[in-house]
Amino acid sequence: MDKIFTKPKSLRDIPTHYCPGCGHGVAHRLVCEVVDELDIREKVIGVTPIGCAVIAYDYWEFDCCEAAHGRALAVATGIKRMRPHNLVFTYQGDGDLAAIGTAETIHAANRGENLTVIFINNAVYGMTGGQMAPTTLLEQKTATTPLGRCAKLEGYPLKISELLSCLPGVYSIERVSTDSPAKVLSAKKAIKQAFINQMEGKGFSLVEILSACPTYLGLKPIDSVKWMAETMTKEFPLGKIK
Amino acid sequence: MSEKILITGNEAIAEAAIQAGARFYAGYPITPQNEIPAYMAKRMPEVGGVFIQSESELAAISMVMGAAACGFRALTSSSSPGISLKQEGISYIAGAELPAVIVNIMRAGPGLGNIWPAQSDYFQATKGGGHGDYHNIVLAPASVQEAFDLTQFAFELADKYRNPVMVLGDGLLGQMMEPILVPRSSFLVPREESKQSTKHEAQSTKTWALTGCKDRKPNLVASFRMREGDLEKLNQHLQEKYQEIEGKEQGFEALDIADANTIIVAYGTMARIAKGAIKTLRAKNIKVGLIRPITLWPFPKDIFDRVKGQGLRVKFLAVEMSYGQMVEDVRLAVGSEYMVEFLGRSGGGIPSEEEIAYSVERIADRKTKRYPLNAKR
Ligand SMILES: Cc1ncc(C[n+]2csc(CCOP(=O)(O)OP(=O)(O)O)c2C)c(N)n1
Ligand code: SF4
Repeated sequence: MDKIFTKPKSLRDIPTHYCPGCGHGVAHRLVCEVVDELDIREKVIGVTPIGCAVIAYDYWEFDCCEAAHGRALAVATGIKRMRPHNLVFTYQGDGDLAAIGTAETIHAANRGENLTVIFINNAVYGMTGGQMAPTTLLEQKTATTPLGRCAKLEGYPLKISELLSCLPGVYSIERVSTDSPAKVLSAKKAIKQAFINQMEGKGFSLVEILSACPTYLGLKPIDSVKWMAETMTKEFPLGKIK
Repeated sequence: MSEKILITGNEAIAEAAIQAGARFYAGYPITPQNEIPAYMAKRMPEVGGVFIQSESELAAISMVMGAAACGFRALTSSSSPGISLKQEGISYIAGAELPAVIVNIMRAGPGLGNIWPAQSDYFQATKGGGHGDYHNIVLAPASVQEAFDLTQFAFELADKYRNPVMVLGDGLLGQMMEPILVPRSSFLVPREESKQSTKHEAQSTKTWALTGCKDRKPNLVASFRMREGDLEKLNQHLQEKYQEIEGKEQGFEALDIADANTIIVAYGTMARIAKGAIKTLRAKNIKVGLIRPITLWPFPKDIFDRVKGQGLRVKFLAVEMSYGQMVEDVRLAVGSEYMVEFLGRSGGGIPSEEEIAYSVERIADRKTKRYPLNAKR
């Protein structure tokens, strides 16, 4: 009998450290499925973030490099410029990519580095205990916005994808979600396209993946995807941004 | 065969890096080292290398980390305030055991300070600088020739120990022009030719390098160790490596110490000025010598042991373009039974030959310890 569903070869067969219902596991799998389908496992170099996905390399069966918090796109720039024939991607959370690493993100994008960026937007800082992220919604309660994020004091949810889309150096930006099986499928399509873009030398491609952090949303996994579909996507509308 | 050329310290460092096979440079402009990125912007493309003017020093050092992780010789350069920003990446590079070269052409601090030459980043360079238990290997050239030679040596040490190596100069050395001898081949090889040989080709001996996991298990470059015991293991391994470096790599120059009553300890530019003072003092029959550390870390303790071993009754005078940083290592090296005096200025002034000579004469017949000694000017 033919096996029609297996673990991707690029994904190690070990349990992850992620909380139940966490979106990181889904995103990891999608990246690995794409790597397998494009047959690039032996050419890919991943740059991992500081955040809950800090040990993503423990789950991935290909070459990886750590980067300091927020510096993934600088590290990836160094790698890609020296090894243009490898496929280089960063995998970063919202704190990593859109707060401490904002400068690295904007400038790698503006230089049009031929890279693929997997940007996990879960609207909080997971790793450090659920603090406000740049992408935290207004009125969303976090460890550091106990009364809810207030625009006057904490500013607005940062739409880094929209911001980056203004840069001529950026080739493609798409926002996808993982709150339903159908959306997971389109998320995978977007990731695949972002890798193909790099293979074709098109330049900077970013996929923003809305992702659940049930632990720090204080919701059950099922309710957290509901929250994503009903509330988060209102602030972060899905679709091709550039 | 070698060729004599007239070149600034900064440019000598840049050319030396190219000739050592460095094919990646990232940096952010800051005085007094701007000649290095400018030289690299022109020269890197000629040899098929990569030059990036980064958005910040934070980014520059992380770019270097990426290039080094792929097995390429890579460097960045800056001056004091920029080197402060690079500490994050240097710590990661040390933890991930990557070879990389960092050039610091020091200016005076703290804060923005000013752009005058100084040696006040000694602590930062030699004691770690960033977070965690690590050491940079630190080389301190005293001439443009040495800036060239030590930059090349820096890449060898970096590869040998998989460790960050810092070339620590000051604004005077960076800006100064001197004639130097360079391997002739370097400047005569048609630049197009050298382009072919190294382009995008990681050194094959670096089996840990990220190249894509074709026909091998995946490689990982990381400093993070989460599992219990793993980080301690890494740290113990690093400590063993540092001990080996301390045993094997101490470098220094000793001048006129055999009969000296007073030994000046100074490095880099400061040592050159001290040599002038020694000439004057020797002409007056004052027995003074010089120990010039060339490696600041590892600090050349062994030469001090040798001096002590000979039972010489000698006093030490540490002279620095700072308010007393290296002097602490001198004190540790000689122990409490020897007198160690200090002379230093920074922030615009540099101890002059006259000030050094005056200090040596003043302490020559002093019996008791007095510290610190501030020379009258
Ligand atoms: C320089 C530095 N500052 C702060 C931290 C602590 N820190 C680790 S992860 C993190 C935030 C992670 O949030 P995010 O990027 O959104 O990823 P998530 O954990 O939500 O996946 C912070 C602040 C650090 N490791 N380094
Ligand atoms: S804290 Fe949130 S982001 Fe981190 S593993 Fe748990 S659910 Fe995932």
